Amino acid sequence: MAFFLETLIGGLMTGMLYALVALGFVLIFKASGVFNFAQGAMVLFAALAMARFSAWFPAWFGFESQLLANLLAIVAAMAVMIAVAWCIERWVLGKLVNQEGVTLLMATLGIAYFLEGLGQTIFGNDIYPIDVGLPKDPVFLLENTFEGGILVNKEDLYAALIAAALVAALSLFFQKTATGRALRAVADDHQAAQSIGIPLNRIWVIVWSVAGFVALVAGIIWGSKLGVQFSLSLVALKALPVVILGGLTSVPGAIVGGLLIGVGEKLSEVYVGPMLGGGIEIWFAYVLALVFLFVRPQGLFGEKIIDRV
Amino acid sequence: MLYRENGQFKTSYRADLQVFPIRQDRVAIALLLALAIVVVPLVAPEYLFRAILIPFLILSLAALGLNILVGYCGQISLGTGAFMAVGAYAAYNFQVRFDGMPVVASILLGGLCSTAVGVLFGLPSLRIKGLYLAVATLAAQFFVDWAALRLKFVTNGSSSGSVSVAGLQILGIPIDSPVQKYLFCLAFVLVFATLAKNLVRGHIGREWMAIRDMDVAAAVIGIRPVYAKLSAFAVSSFIVGVAGALWGFVHLGSWEPAAFGVNRSFDLLFMVIIGGLGSIMGSFFGAAFIVVLPIVLDSLPYWFGIPIDTALASHLTFMIFGALIVFFLIVEPHGIARLWSTAKEKLRLWPFPH
Repeated sequence: MAFFLETLIGGLMTGMLYALVALGFVLIFKASGVFNFAQGAMVLFAALAMARFSAWFPAWFGFESQLLANLLAIVAAMAVMIAVAWCIERWVLGKLVNQEGVTLLMATLGIAYFLEGLGQTIFGNDIYPIDVGLPKDPVFLLENTFEGGILVNKEDLYAALIAAALVAALSLFFQKTATGRALRAVADDHQAAQSIGIPLNRIWVIVWSVAGFVALVAGIIWGSKLGVQFSLSLVALKALPVVILGGLTSVPGAIVGGLLIGVGEKLSEVYVGPMLGGGIEIWFAYVLALVFLFVRPQGLFGEKIIDRV
Repeated sequence: MLYRENGQFKTSYRADLQVFPIRQDRVAIALLLALAIVVVPLVAPEYLFRAILIPFLILSLAALGLNILVGYCGQISLGTGAFMAVGAYAAYNFQVRFDGMPVVASILLGGLCSTAVGVLFGLPSLRIKGLYLAVATLAAQFFVDWAALRLKFVTNGSSSGSVSVAGLQILGIPIDSPVQKYLFCLAFVLVFATLAKNLVRGHIGREWMAIRDMDVAAAVIGIRPVYAKLSAFAVSSFIVGVAGALWGFVHLGSWEPAAFGVNRSFDLLFMVIIGGLGSIMGSFFGAAFIVVLPIVLDSLPYWFGIPIDTALASHLTFMIFGALIVFFLIVEPHGIARLWSTAKEKLRLWPFPH
C-alpha cells in the first residue's frame, strides 16, 4: 500500500510538471487558435538562457551572490522570451493571419526547429545545471500509518506548489484583469475583438510572452531536476497528449490531464510494464489520449467542435 | 519560343487527358529518364550514389507517400517514421523467416504490413482531424519505436536491437554495388510515382482532394469520408512502408530503431511542405532539397575557407530548416513545385506576357 501511494504521489508530481508545459499550449491556443508545437523548444530556450545567464552574470559584473545571479538571470531570460514573442508575432504569425490551423501548426514546427538551433548556437549544447535553491533531500510522510512511511522528493513538492501558484495566478489574470478579458475576447472571435478596438498584434505578443513565462518556469523546474539539455524540448512531446486529454481550450483541463497522465504513466509502468517488456511510459500517454479521443473527440473539458458547410 | 503549345491540337479526350499534354514536356521527361537510367549509372562517382542519389530516391518515395496523405487528403501525419519502420521490420522478418523469399516480395509484403498499421492508426481520423490527428499519429510513432526496441519477435530476437540484411539479389543478380542499388531504387520510384500520379488524377484522388478541402461538404455531395480517408491512409502507408523497407535493406543494410525516429517523420513532413503540398513533383523537389541542404551547409564553410565545427553546423542546419519552413509557409505555401509551375507558365507566355 505504501509503495502504491508512493508511485501515485510520484505520478502526481510528474503530472504537475507535464501540466505546466501543457498550460503553455493551452494559453496560446485559447488566445490565438494556434497549436504551438514550439512550446517545448521555448522551454529549452528559456531554461538555456536562464542557466547560462546565471553562470555568466557573476563573471561579467563581478559579484558572488548566487541568489542575485539567479534573480538577474530570471529577469534577463524573461526579457529574452518577450523578445522571442515579439519576433514570432512580427515575422511569423502576423503574416499568417486567417490561415488554417494546420498551416499554423507547421509554422510553429518551423519555429521550434529555429529556436532549438538558435538556443544551442548562442548558449552551447552541453548539460548545464540550474540551482535556484530547491531542496533536494527526500522526506518521509505518514510514518505512523505505514511502515517506513512514504518517500516523497521535497523538490517535487516545491515544484508542485510553484505550479499550483502559477495556475492560480494565471486564472486570476484571465478572469480579473482587463488584459485577461481582452485575451478571452480575442480567443472567442478575432474579428469581433478587433472591431471593438482590441489590438490583435499586442494581444498576441502578450499571450506569447505569458507562454514564454510559463515555459521559463517549467524550464527552471525541469532544469534544476535534470539539468538543462536538449532532451528538455522533448518534454513538450509528453505535454501533447495532456492537452488532447484535457481539451485544447481548457486551463483546468491541462491540469487534470497532466495529473491523469502523470499518474497513469507511473502506475502503468510499475504494474503493467513488466508484462509487456517495460518502457511503456513512452507511448502510454499517447495511446491513452488516442483511445480517449474515440469516446470524446474534444477532450475532457474542451469545447464541442461543430462543423458547418 | 521553344516551350509553346501552339499547334499541338488534341483530337481525342485521351490526348486531352494525358499526364504531359505538351510535347516539349514529354521530350524533357524522356530525356530526364534517359539521364537517370542510362547516363547517371555510367558517369556518377560512387560517393554521389551513396550520399545523395540513393537517399534522395528513397526519401522522395517516402515523401510521395506522405504527400498523398497530407497534401492530397489533408490528414496531417507526424507518424511517417513509424510507418517506414513497420515496412522495414516487416520486410526484414519476411526475409529472414522464410527461406528463399524474393527480395521484392519481402519489400512489398513489408509495405502491406505498413498498410495494415497505417489503416489502424488512421481510424481516429474518422472522428478527429487537424491538430488532434497530428497528435494521434504521434502515438503510432512512439508505439512503433517502443515495439522495435522491446518486442523480441520484431527484431527476430536480435540481442543488440539492431538488424541487418545482406546478400540481396533478384533473379540471381546481386544488388550490392552502388549502381545496382541505385537502379533498384529507381525502378521502385518510377513505378510508384506513375501509379500515384494516375491515382490522384482519377476519381479516388478527387475524393481525397474533396475531403481535404472540406470534409463536411464532401460528405454532403456523396463522398464517403470513411472510404476516402482510410484509402488515403492505406495507399500512403503502403508507399511509405516500401520506402522504409528500401531504406533499411538498400541504403542502410543494417539498422536500429533510431533510424526511424520522430525526427525522420518531421524531416519528411518538411520535404512535403517545402516541395509542395499536393504535388507529385513537389515530393521530389522537397526530398532533393532536404537531402542536399545539410551536405551543402557542411561543405560551404570549407569552400569559403571558414571552417566551423560540426556542432555549430548542425545547429545552423536546424535554424535554416526552421526559417525555410516558415518562409515557405508565408511566401509560397505550395512550395517549390508551385515555383516550378509558375516558371513554366511564364515560359509559355515569353516573350509576351499578358
